[in-house]
Amino acid sequence: MRRFWLALLLVTASSTAAAEVNLTVTLPRLNVAEYHAPYVAVWIENDRRQATQVALWYDVALANGEGQEWLKDLRQWWRRGGRSLTMPVDGLSGATKGPGQHTISTQLSDALTSLPAGSYTIMVEAAREVGGREVLRLPIELPLTNASFPVVVEGQNELESIRLHN
Amino acid sequence: MRFQLMLLSAIAAAVVSTSASAHRAWLEPSATVLSGDDAVVTVDAAISNTLFHPDHVAMSVDGIKVTGPNGELVDIMNAAKGRYRSVFDVELAQQGTYKIASASGGLRAFWRDEEGSRKMWPGRGQQANESEFSTAVPSDAKDLSVSRGWRRVETFVTVGAPTTEALQPTNEGLELVPVTHPNDLYATETATFKMLIDGEPAVGAEVEVVPGGMRYRNSQEAIKVTANEQGEIEITWPQAGMYFLEASYRDDKAAKPATVRTGGYSATFEVLPL
Repeated sequence: MRRFWLALLLVTASSTAAAEVNLTVTLPRLNVAEYHAPYVAVWIENDRRQATQVALWYDVALANGEGQEWLKDLRQWWRRGGRSLTMPVDGLSGATKGPGQHTISTQLSDALTSLPAGSYTIMVEAAREVGGREVLRLPIELPLTNASFPVVVEGQNELESIRLHN
Repeated sequence: MRFQLMLLSAIAAAVVSTSASAHRAWLEPSATVLSGDDAVVTVDAAISNTLFHPDHVAMSVDGIKVTGPNGELVDIMNAAKGRYRSVFDVELAQQGTYKIASASGGLRAFWRDEEGSRKMWPGRGQQANESEFSTAVPSDAKDLSVSRGWRRVETFVTVGAPTTEALQPTNEGLELVPVTHPNDLYATETATFKMLIDGEPAVGAEVEVVPGGMRYRNSQEAIKVTANEQGEIEITWPQAGMYFLEASYRDDKAAKPATVRTGGYSATFEVLPL
């Protein structure tokens, strides 16, 4: 019984801490003739480049899974595990997002709580049809502390910034 | 002159093509890394001087064999032959790696007849029928040279995660088997491949790797390597792009009646940016 309460306490404690972790991905407003919302993948790599998937935004709603044809354009993500997944993945894949700020909370917390302490990199990759591709890397140390926040990595073209915050 | 050309193409398998005028047979797929359930790749097939610009003659698609991820053959579609290149499609219905290849080979003999003029068997573009060897080739001919060789032209495409079933060697002629998967190549990284001759390590096989887009630069920029004691080669890709790998092997361990064993291998690889 005592063990049960301890377990419950641990679960509660870790989920409370994790719920305060957010990753805000800011997609730029681009002045281009033909704009398509980018495909975006978010994952966490350990120091051996093994990936824990966090989020994937692509054309999930297209008929016959046609949106999957361009998933390989997220080249880094594709290599780091994307190509082994069967789409769509519950809790991972979602529709593409337009310009502006998009915050990932639960998916990131779930991924972070599953990982042992150590050095990791949060990877965010964006690839846009008739556009470019960009990867941003945000190094983190697990477990996260309040001193870890906020961290911002600025992008150049396809990603305006990624920001890790409470 | 015409005979010289014939001779050149006949022994091309035994020659490392280093000169700028070398004719190279190549298969260039429109993509090598694909995703989705209805992926289709279109492939150019040509013999040209300049990689990968069709400028000499179309490659015949008759001998093209596509091996699917389950190891079984897949038909090519929409094949057409133009003046400078052939083209065909491959429907990639299964997830995994496909090998697109053309291979030819067998016995070949060269000699001089009594008048001193050059002779060859089989004739140009013909496949040797070994049962005819003893009647077609005079065994006491002057300068008689009999070789047994294979020439292989390949490329690889993958839908989804890379697999290796289609990459199993046939153990005939000079072949490349992956240590690094041929559809998992990235700029600045080093890939390792193993060269086999009739299934054994092709120790000392000479390999040359040339980047595509040759029209837009002034030198070949070839990377030259030699297979080690395990038959392995390592190539560090300087930048992203299409690459042409050409390997040749020659020794005297041929099955009779040949005295020379030759192997020619070429393949097109795509290297992606990191």
